[in-house]
Amino acid sequence: MKTVSRWFQRNLIRIYAVVAFTYLFIPVAYTFAFSFNDSAKSNLVWKGFTFANWQNPCGAPEICSALGNSIKIGFLATLFSTILGTMIAFALGRHKFKGRSTTNLLIFLPMATPEIVLGASLLSLFLVFKINPGFWPTVIAHVLFCISFVVVTVKARIASLDPRLEQAAMDLYANERETFRRVTLPLVAPGIAAAALLAFSLSFDDFIITNFNSGTMTTFPKFVYTSAARGIPAQANVIGSSMFFLALAIVVIGQFVGRKRKVS
Amino acid sequence: MSEKAISARGDLKLSNITKTYGDFTAVDDLTLVIPKGSFFALLGPSGCGKTTTLRMIAGLEEPTQGKISLGDTDITDTKPYQRPINTVFQNYALFPHLTIFENIAFGLRRRGIQDIDTAVNKALDLVELPHLAQRKPTQLSGGQQQRIALARAIVNRPALLLLDEPLGALDLKLRRQMQIELKWIQKEVGLTFVHVTHDQEEAMTMADTIAVMNEGRIEQMGSPADLYDDPETAFVANFLGQSNLIKGTVTGNDGANQIVDLFGQKIALQKDRSHAVDNSIYAGIRPEKFRISRLETATSGNVLTGGKVEDVSYIGVSTQYQVLMPWGQELMVFEQNDDGVAPFNVGESVNISWEPIFTFGLRGDEDAEAGTEVNPDEDLDDE
Repeated sequence: MKTVSRWFQRNLIRIYAVVAFTYLFIPVAYTFAFSFNDSAKSNLVWKGFTFANWQNPCGAPEICSALGNSIKIGFLATLFSTILGTMIAFALGRHKFKGRSTTNLLIFLPMATPEIVLGASLLSLFLVFKINPGFWPTVIAHVLFCISFVVVTVKARIASLDPRLEQAAMDLYANERETFRRVTLPLVAPGIAAAALLAFSLSFDDFIITNFNSGTMTTFPKFVYTSAARGIPAQANVIGSSMFFLALAIVVIGQFVGRKRKVS
Repeated sequence: MSEKAISARGDLKLSNITKTYGDFTAVDDLTLVIPKGSFFALLGPSGCGKTTTLRMIAGLEEPTQGKISLGDTDITDTKPYQRPINTVFQNYALFPHLTIFENIAFGLRRRGIQDIDTAVNKALDLVELPHLAQRKPTQLSGGQQQRIALARAIVNRPALLLLDEPLGALDLKLRRQMQIELKWIQKEVGLTFVHVTHDQEEAMTMADTIAVMNEGRIEQMGSPADLYDDPETAFVANFLGQSNLIKGTVTGNDGANQIVDLFGQKIALQKDRSHAVDNSIYAGIRPEKFRISRLETATSGNVLTGGKVEDVSYIGVSTQYQVLMPWGQELMVFEQNDDGVAPFNVGESVNISWEPIFTFGLRGDEDAEAGTEVNPDEDLDDE
């Protein structure tokens, strides 16, 4: 009895880690496993193993056009929110101006506002200006909520940047423009890249705000939601798993490059 | 103007420079000439304005008032990158995303210099680290980073090289070694070095001329020997080494000497070494200039009688005594252990004597404690 409890004490952290990771990854494993399910319509019951879904991920009607829309929207939202958000982050992180603290607060608001409220009020705003819901209103809505996250992420990176590095660049004959291009931007770049990845995954994932503002256009989350009623096709699991492995690959490559830079 | 500034050469002149931050005056009406080719040190405690002065010379701060010129060129309103001045920053500020080679080449590339390889390799040879060219700054030790920061500045052959506490982060042994190397490199390249430090030993080891700063002003400027042997203020006397300051009154003259009464005992002080403005005076004597002797031993020169040994510390090359005088003051005496005289014991009655030429005189209205409460090794940050 005593030895058992001692073994338990010694391995408590390991046990906890195994339990926590199991909890986190069971849904992912389930999704991945059922992407191989030989299902006809509903993908709820295991019917047998097949590669057919992976060989033909666009097999389900409309799924790939929805995915295409999500990728297009995600790309555009990421581009605009990263550019705008980075500029705001520099203004807030580097310059003292009247209303800076107010701006800081306002930047947080879209993050704090419930998505359902944001989505509904955006829709009514678009309608007031006689803009029909669809592709571009969705992009605009996504840029809006992504900016806050970009600002917060990039600002943290700027705050950790030693101002003496920029002073050293100026001391070494680099004017303001060159200092920004050669020193500031390369050093803030990892923060901007992280912000862009975050913006893309937020945009790609978004359902609530998109549902209000996209009209008849279907995105991937919308497709999954609507098909849930009649059974989600296994192809959705294929795409979901692919996204997961893509994200995993990006993280692993990022770590690898970072480590290589330090060692070499 | 910028075209002219970048090629300016000559002595650096600061004329009536003042820098204020709100109500706080960091630098107060400073006028200073740093001769071309010299190794100049700005020495002072934290917050004395020395780093602010350095940053104004570099162009990283704008003076509130005053003029900075290099040779005949006014550079007060020029940007840092328009000045032929480079800085070795306190934390080195090497660019972490660039290799050592690119760090050193940075200034050359910005100015469009042609043969970068040769210049960078020469600079790396000078600091004896040619094998590190392709490394990143984070892979280097503190001492190596320090040398690279120096190479990155020197490679540009600036009219003026500024060093902001460049050795502060190094351990004592490495610091001593770098002090000698810096001095050697300065002679080798023949550039003007302006060195900011709070470490008086470092300033004395390296600089030809030291300006001692306190509260935004220069207390005294001169060679290390001048400052040590003939300090003009209590701050300099205490900040540079240690001093015994004894309160007294000037009572008369004797040829080239003044006669000073120290609590009833008369001593001589060379007139040209007295900075007192009236009869009220502090007589200053460095601890190692004192001779300590038993009552029966004959003494010459200036003598103070009635001392009693309070404390003895034997430290190898010398013995340090605290001697209590009849007027209640404890004097410090450093005796070389080279005369075969047995050490004195606590409680022994002794006389203290010294050669009159070693006495210096300070104004009697000074704060005798000025500069003593500053512990030079305690903090490294200035302002």
